[in-house]
Amino acid sequence: MNILSELKKYQLLGRSGSCFPTAVKWEIVRKAKGKKYIICNCSEGEPKNYKDKYILENYPEVVVEGIKTALKFFNNSSAFIYLKKEYYNQFSSKLRKLTKGLDIKIVKKKGGYLGGEETVICQALEDKRLEPRVKPPYPVQSGLFECPTLINNAETFYCIGRISKGEYKKTRFYTITGDIKNKGVFELPEKYTVKQILKKTNNYPDFDFFVQSGGGAMGEILLPKELNKKVQGIGCIVVFNSKTDPFALMKQWSQFFLAENCDKCTPCREGIYRIDKMLDSKKLDKQTLNDLFLVLKETSLCPLGANAYRPFETLIKKIIK
Amino acid sequence: MIVFIDDKKINTKGGTILEIAKKNKIDIPALCNHSDLKPGSSCRVCIVEVNKKLVPACSTQVCPGMKIITDSPKIRKVRKINLELLFSQHREECSDCVWNGECSLLELAEKYKVKINRFDDRKKDYPVYQFGNVIQFDSSKCIDCRNCVEVCHQQGVDFLEVKEKGSLFQVVPSKTKDCIYCGQCLIHCPAGAFEAVGEFEDIEKPLKQKNKVVVFQFAPALRSSIGEEFGMSYGSLVTGKIVAGLKKLGVDKIFDTCVGADFTTSSEALEVVERIKKNKNLPVLTSCCPSWVKFLEQRYPKLIPNISTTRSPQVILGSLIKTYWAKENNIDPKNIYSVSIMPCIAKKFEIIRPENNVFGLQPVDCVLTTREFARLLMKHKIDLKKLKSAKMDNMFSDPSGAGVIYGATGGVMESAFRTAYEKLTNTKLKNVEFKQVRGMQGVKEAEVKVCNKVRKIAVINGLGLAKEFLNTKKLKDYTCIEVMACPGGCIGGGGQPVPTDAEIREKRALTLYAVDKKKKIRKAHENPIVKKIYKEYLTDKLAHEVLHTSYSKKGRGSVKKL
Repeated sequence: MNILSELKKYQLLGRSGSCFPTAVKWEIVRKAKGKKYIICNCSEGEPKNYKDKYILENYPEVVVEGIKTALKFFNNSSAFIYLKKEYYNQFSSKLRKLTKGLDIKIVKKKGGYLGGEETVICQALEDKRLEPRVKPPYPVQSGLFECPTLINNAETFYCIGRISKGEYKKTRFYTITGDIKNKGVFELPEKYTVKQILKKTNNYPDFDFFVQSGGGAMGEILLPKELNKKVQGIGCIVVFNSKTDPFALMKQWSQFFLAENCDKCTPCREGIYRIDKMLDSKKLDKQTLNDLFLVLKETSLCPLGANAYRPFETLIKKIIK
Repeated sequence: MIVFIDDKKINTKGGTILEIAKKNKIDIPALCNHSDLKPGSSCRVCIVEVNKKLVPACSTQVCPGMKIITDSPKIRKVRKINLELLFSQHREECSDCVWNGECSLLELAEKYKVKINRFDDRKKDYPVYQFGNVIQFDSSKCIDCRNCVEVCHQQGVDFLEVKEKGSLFQVVPSKTKDCIYCGQCLIHCPAGAFEAVGEFEDIEKPLKQKNKVVVFQFAPALRSSIGEEFGMSYGSLVTGKIVAGLKKLGVDKIFDTCVGADFTTSSEALEVVERIKKNKNLPVLTSCCPSWVKFLEQRYPKLIPNISTTRSPQVILGSLIKTYWAKENNIDPKNIYSVSIMPCIAKKFEIIRPENNVFGLQPVDCVLTTREFARLLMKHKIDLKKLKSAKMDNMFSDPSGAGVIYGATGGVMESAFRTAYEKLTNTKLKNVEFKQVRGMQGVKEAEVKVCNKVRKIAVINGLGLAKEFLNTKKLKDYTCIEVMACPGGCIGGGGQPVPTDAEIREKRALTLYAVDKKKKIRKAHENPIVKKIYKEYLTDKLAHEVLHTSYSKKGRGSVKKL
């Protein structure tokens, strides 16, 4: 089986939240010369989301199968499974057994949320300061130890594992949480809309609500009438009762971003700080907010900053008005 | 390849948008970018538009056919907002800033109609740190570009770190490592958060010494750099103007540190000769750079026996002033107030090293940096550019060419080589120019045949490279190693005018070599005053007291919050 044409056939998109075409990454790394590295990223850091954990718990052998496929596909390559601390403690011994005899190292993640960003992973594995590198070069061009490096999410490797066995059914894993009864991670068709997912999992609320779709921090706010679209980002849906205090919710986000961003670029460091301060005063200055959202979206150094504006903007627009 | 910047067709071999714009004189505002450092791309002010997307010009490489827009309402808007955010973390203290008059922040504020107080200063309660008696870091001015951390790392020092406090990262001094006082943080900080201790509150001190004989000396590097502070072009030679400026300030005892350098060369060359003859403590490591010496004393104490015990030019000249010159002029050395103007802030530390005392006195009582001296002149409304050159007329005013090139990387080695070669071979050097050790490359190595033996020497331009050299090379293979902590040598020192970058350093250095070329006497040991004092005054015991110093293993210097 030619795995690359399979990846293209299924139009597999990375499951880390960035939705980057997996085949493109694979093709670039394959064409490169010399030593190559493969990293399976299990550093899942966004709040309220735990689909990688679910996968590691239930299908570790499929993830390893995916990594094995990559090791076979790229000559002169070695692999790492990069696990956040909690997952390392829980799953490393099992993964060690599954990877016995393979060139796969099991590594504990360093740092917080940003420690899962692909260039920060390279920094961590090289024992360097934990901060994002300026891109380009992208890791596929020059990543770990300046070698071409393929970094895919655990779920992406799960899909590759399934594809290589001919078992892929175009599904993805959705974490569903919030003010609902049937919380959990569900494997459902990737083409499902938010509404279908909520209905299928018996979670469609019978009260006034809104959802955050995409991620527990970076996801956008959707009203019930807007649920006929697919889930973005990491596939996380959080349901909120309409009585939720929007300021308390925004404060949760701003505190998360404030704590987890790297403070390297001006818009993210200062912009989020100012949003957080403004929430304390409970006086929203629309002009200032729009300015901050603009620079976050357009001028941030990494995707964290570039997406951090979204929950605030959509919540203010749709809920606070 | 062809790229288009604002519809202007440009043929280029490649590079970042910012580099290519600069070459073609297209203005893109860049704040945190410094050509010495990899783009940190943190300030997000150099934003331009490519394919309807905003990208930072400093870190975006051009590709064939790329169309770049450098100005639009949207671009102006995001630059303005990001500048306002930068100002929200920068406490302004403009009158006392090393960037006064050259401040990019203020310049951009004006250009983009920035409301500098749109947000309150979030860092107003941030501390000021002081490192030894040399550097102050006012973290309430820091705009978090981390250039200082980057350059400190490049220097191999890693004293400045980024630490998370609460939920925000801050630049802070390390709790375990130590500062070597090179001042490259200061040179690379776009926000003026670093300054030398005393800059600029204490600059009048030397002029207020009643009942003392005040003497001044000024370093080689000054003559090709201080003109910049007065709007002159990079590399302008202003030796006579410095003298005239000092005279206008009422100073009449003016000496040239280059003459001190001639003594340093003569003494160091003798050391080299002696160690070669005894085959002991080789390679000789140069000791003119106090940051390098401090680094060795703390981190490589094993190499202490290899450091040349000869005093640095300012200290040697200070020592001669308080001994020989004082004696010749019937002045009680205790009544001398000795000031030196240096391109270096570590020189402020060098003068308080007790090992440098001469008969119990500090050889130099006060160091002013190039910047401080320029500010002193300005305060007295003296415009250096307009001054007519004046001459020094005393025993320490006429250096050899070798003494002048001390200000550039490789200069010490070349000077020492001119003398040591002649002493070792008893022949006259025909060609005194030793071009292998000149220039701005990081590590310069050369092989010299002396008395039928090939000897390896190395010149290392920048402390980070020196550390790498010590860790990776077999030192025993070398006879002599020169290290200057600052890139380019003293002309790129922490006391020099800002901005300083590779291009500017090169111009400053070339001027010094041009001076050397025109000199009749180009070897230190041929300088008449060197000959005279060696012959008449420097007995073995005196030579030890006046020309030499000592080193020992040291702990960390003080780091305090003010």
